Amino acid sequence: MADLAAMLPTGASATRIDLVLVAGMVEPGSRVLDVGCGDGALLRLLREGRNVDARGIEISQSGVNECVARGLSVIQGDADTDLADYPDDAFDYVILSQTLQATRRPRVVLEHMLRIGRHAIVSFPNFGHWKVRARLAFGGRMPVTENLPVSWYETPNIHFCTISDFIDLVNAIGARIERVVALDAGGKQMRFAMPWWVWNLFGEQAVFVLTRKP
Amino acid sequence: MAHWQAIAPAAAQEVEHPSSLVVEFGPDRPLALDCGASLSPFTIAYQTYGELDAQRSNAVLICHALTGDQHVANVHPVTGKPGWWETMIGPGKPIDTDRFFVICANVVGGCMGTTGPASRGPDQVKPWALDFPVVTIRDMVRAQAMLIDHLGIDTLFCVAGGSMGGMQVLQWAASYPERVFSAMPIATAARHSAQNIAFHEVGRQAIMADPDWKGGHYLLEGARPEKGLAVARMAAHITYLSEPALHRKFGRKLQERDAPTFSFDADFEIESYLRYQGRSFVERFDANSYLYLTRAMDYFDLAADYDGVLARAFGKTRTRFCMVSFTSDWLFPTADTRAIVHALNASGASVSFVEIETDKGHDAFLLDVPELFATSRGFIDSAAHARGLPPAREA
Repeated sequence: MADLAAMLPTGASATRIDLVLVAGMVEPGSRVLDVGCGDGALLRLLREGRNVDARGIEISQSGVNECVARGLSVIQGDADTDLADYPDDAFDYVILSQTLQATRRPRVVLEHMLRIGRHAIVSFPNFGHWKVRARLAFGGRMPVTENLPVSWYETPNIHFCTISDFIDLVNAIGARIERVVALDAGGKQMRFAMPWWVWNLFGEQAVFVLTRKP
Repeated sequence: MAHWQAIAPAAAQEVEHPSSLVVEFGPDRPLALDCGASLSPFTIAYQTYGELDAQRSNAVLICHALTGDQHVANVHPVTGKPGWWETMIGPGKPIDTDRFFVICANVVGGCMGTTGPASRGPDQVKPWALDFPVVTIRDMVRAQAMLIDHLGIDTLFCVAGGSMGGMQVLQWAASYPERVFSAMPIATAARHSAQNIAFHEVGRQAIMADPDWKGGHYLLEGARPEKGLAVARMAAHITYLSEPALHRKFGRKLQERDAPTFSFDADFEIESYLRYQGRSFVERFDANSYLYLTRAMDYFDLAADYDGVLARAFGKTRTRFCMVSFTSDWLFPTADTRAIVHALNASGASVSFVEIETDKGHDAFLLDVPELFATSRGFIDSAAHARGLPPAREA
């Protein structure tokens, strides 16, 4: 994993450690679609570090321009509307990195991901983290933290969930959890096989690998 | 051949004796046309830039738009202006002539040396005029494929073009997927819209309403339907711009006067500009060619050839695509490009798509738009890497 981390642009490794984690979950040489790929940091990591046929969808023009200028196959599009155009099983992995909470219909997006990819990898900020809970419980205000820095009236994140909420959604759509990793506030993987409620309290970010149930 | 003087003299010279490379396809190599006719003999006039590598793997075909021609990156022999895509093509440019062998051919039906309605007809004396068969985008591409065969090139590294050129790029990718390594269709559509057909019809009617069109036989009768062709160009030119760009450039400014003249003189700068566009166009273009080429665009509907399913046009294509549209292009709006992107996704193709923010309208693909160059450069460089072509030389 260390070699992947070294490929991130300087200064990015601390903030987007989840990208390194996600990239490490992808089989080398596979076909990947990154939904909400931003400036293409993960796609580059996958292309250069994992020899992956990496494609992306990004909603912002500046993000797409940057990706295409770097030679990545990225289209300008919207996770909520454009996933429907992809055929079944088009990819080995469909990745939604820190974007689920910004979609209008997370359930539909997740269902499409599982349809067009053999695996879906979803990373999201855990709204059940103790700092978030404390902020709301004792501050009485919508949480603004290091990882969630935008005020409620400006945030693009309209569908926050906790790790437990997400597991409910996975069950509701009948998917199977292949692997879960939670990262603590320091960006470190939580090491021990702890019960869900502990992850839900101390995990700041979560990464799920899902598949369809056979 | 006095009747050829019916076209502007410099342009007439280019019909008969183009300032270009020329390949003639004799009776043994006819061009089979969609209308059922076959064109034979026929000529293709083309330009090349850069060197073909030993593996014949670095060829880039540029497809020109409605009123473009093969003079993509050299001074135009009639107008003396720079090539129409010198912003994109040349040494060190996104399509780098130090790395790639760039080919651009005048389309069938054109008037810059490739056989078209102004060329001599079957009797080798009279011009074809309206006896020239109606050609399609697919016919243009078939003819280009014959040229590429003639040049001994199997696979094109890239096929690129905007507008009608983009239609040809799409047709290339559909007709000859194994011969197109990468494709860059810009500001285009997989079918011509009703609105666009309507604008073309206005242009054609303007030409045909000019008494000097003479039922299409103006060349024989030594006339020139200048007025009609100029009006067609003026109307079309408006569709290539955008309202904000027109306002920015001209607004309601008056042309070299302080007050309206209370006449139908060109009081406004925009009127004067359009009149100039019309006047200069008729110096280099043939009216019948304009009829045929607009018709070819009108007939273009790529999905129609594949049971109405555009994705089938691209099958299991391995071509890498880069699509570009412009926010203020209302002639070929982003929705048209998006429809192609959806079809390419459905066929599992490798596709990039950028909508570039600009107020320059449809013409943006010909203008100095840095995002277009950055996108093209990134796409071309990564495709070249995938094709195993050497990287750009350090400046």
